[in-house]
Amino acid sequence: MIAGAVLASTLDLLALSPPGWGATLLTGLAKSVMIALGAFGLGLLIGTLGAYGKLYGGPLARDLLAIYTTIVRAVPELILILILYFAFTSSINNLLLSWGFERIQISGFAAGIVVLGVVQGAYATEVLRGAILSVPSGQIEAARAMGMPPLMLAWRVTLPQMLAAAIPGLANLWLIATKDTALLAVVGFAELTLVTRQAASTTKAFFTFFMAAGALYLIISILSTLLFARLEAWARRGQVRPGTS
Amino acid sequence: MANGNQQSPEAIRVADLHKSFGTHHVLKGVSLTAHEGDVVAIIGGSGSGKSTMLRCINFLETPSSGLISIAGEAVAMHPDGSPSDRKQLERIRQSLGMVFQSFNLWTHRTVLENLIEVPVHVMKCPRDVAIDRARKLLARVGLAEKEDAYPAFMSGGQQQRAAIARALCMEPKAMLFDEPTSALDPELVGEVLQVIKGLADEGRTMILVTHEMKFAREVASHVIYLHNGLIEEQGPPDQLFGAPQSDRLKQFLKSVA
Repeated sequence: MIAGAVLASTLDLLALSPPGWGATLLTGLAKSVMIALGAFGLGLLIGTLGAYGKLYGGPLARDLLAIYTTIVRAVPELILILILYFAFTSSINNLLLSWGFERIQISGFAAGIVVLGVVQGAYATEVLRGAILSVPSGQIEAARAMGMPPLMLAWRVTLPQMLAAAIPGLANLWLIATKDTALLAVVGFAELTLVTRQAASTTKAFFTFFMAAGALYLIISILSTLLFARLEAWARRGQVRPGTS
Repeated sequence: MANGNQQSPEAIRVADLHKSFGTHHVLKGVSLTAHEGDVVAIIGGSGSGKSTMLRCINFLETPSSGLISIAGEAVAMHPDGSPSDRKQLERIRQSLGMVFQSFNLWTHRTVLENLIEVPVHVMKCPRDVAIDRARKLLARVGLAEKEDAYPAFMSGGQQQRAAIARALCMEPKAMLFDEPTSALDPELVGEVLQVIKGLADEGRTMILVTHEMKFAREVASHVIYLHNGLIEEQGPPDQLFGAPQSDRLKQFLKSVA
């Protein structure tokens, strides 16, 4: 009887329509996932450029990238988010003011993507640098010998070849990105963790809501792992697995 | 098919080529001229510079100085030997089919995709034309059934035959072979040499770095013996193998016999 009542009240709390908080949680989840996607994508872009810069760039580019990856990987992400978020928003406003424009309110969404993307980019630089180095030189040489231009070579030979080596590391980065979105709660962005905290403190059902949020993060993680496994299998097409030949 | 087939136009010319790796002087001024239809074999011990010489022809190694000219067109170089006109070099590279010791087929593409990669994406040949040409070449090297296979699942001999077909698929003016059978198990060498022999017989211009002396004697129109970065002796194969002049070449031939 009591168990039934507890279950019923829990379901009421998590119902999609008010006064249930289900829809709020799912909206928070959607925002978290979108920020994670944006940050992961930006991180991939920064990481690709960073890896190529570190491998083939001039001395200045290499030094700057070394400073970037060292600092970002050394400082706790929460501190980086606070620093970057406030520095990023205030420097944009300073720029606008100095050009004679009005101060603007920067959306937490955009700022979140940029801040987490910069963090992701530092790790992605190292993951991709290692993966590029793992491509056998003969694969690149064959393309050079046949007159393939450098950008096409990077796109059609190096990137697909390094993917297999990069995917485990990138999958890690993606999972970290989904969870790092929770850190954006400290700057007041309504992602999953923040709305969970709001729901919990309003209803005093702390256990229910944090379990629910945990379950949502877990579902994302499980789905992502399945997706990355398929992606890796595809990237490894054409490779003989150890022990099968 | 003697060397200096003066009737046919010049295909590849290397003049006074030098190459240093740091302080190590690998090539100390070597020259070579191949006319269309010539098969030039470069032989020599390990460290003689024969692979470096071949790889300088398409600038996989940057020469330190000298001149490389393909079909009468000199590759534009900076004073330090590096290529100065990327577009020109890419165009010239497309006219030279290179075959490597370790095959270097792209592992993420099937055999057919390997063959059409450069014709379709770099040379802008229509896809169906390239596929048609690729299938004919695969049939020719005995791999018609392997077009959908990934290279890692084929034998070394099959991979090297596919790599030769890939080079031919660009319809190159000349072929460069860099020790094409050195990475193969002995029982697979024959099938690859047979394909190369077929190309020589149809009058293709080829430069061939090889350890297979019997084969060099059989297919080459001209043989160059390199020692310590210099041409020690050169001439028609019967003369070079039958009546070597220098002591070093005599010793070398004895050691590989």
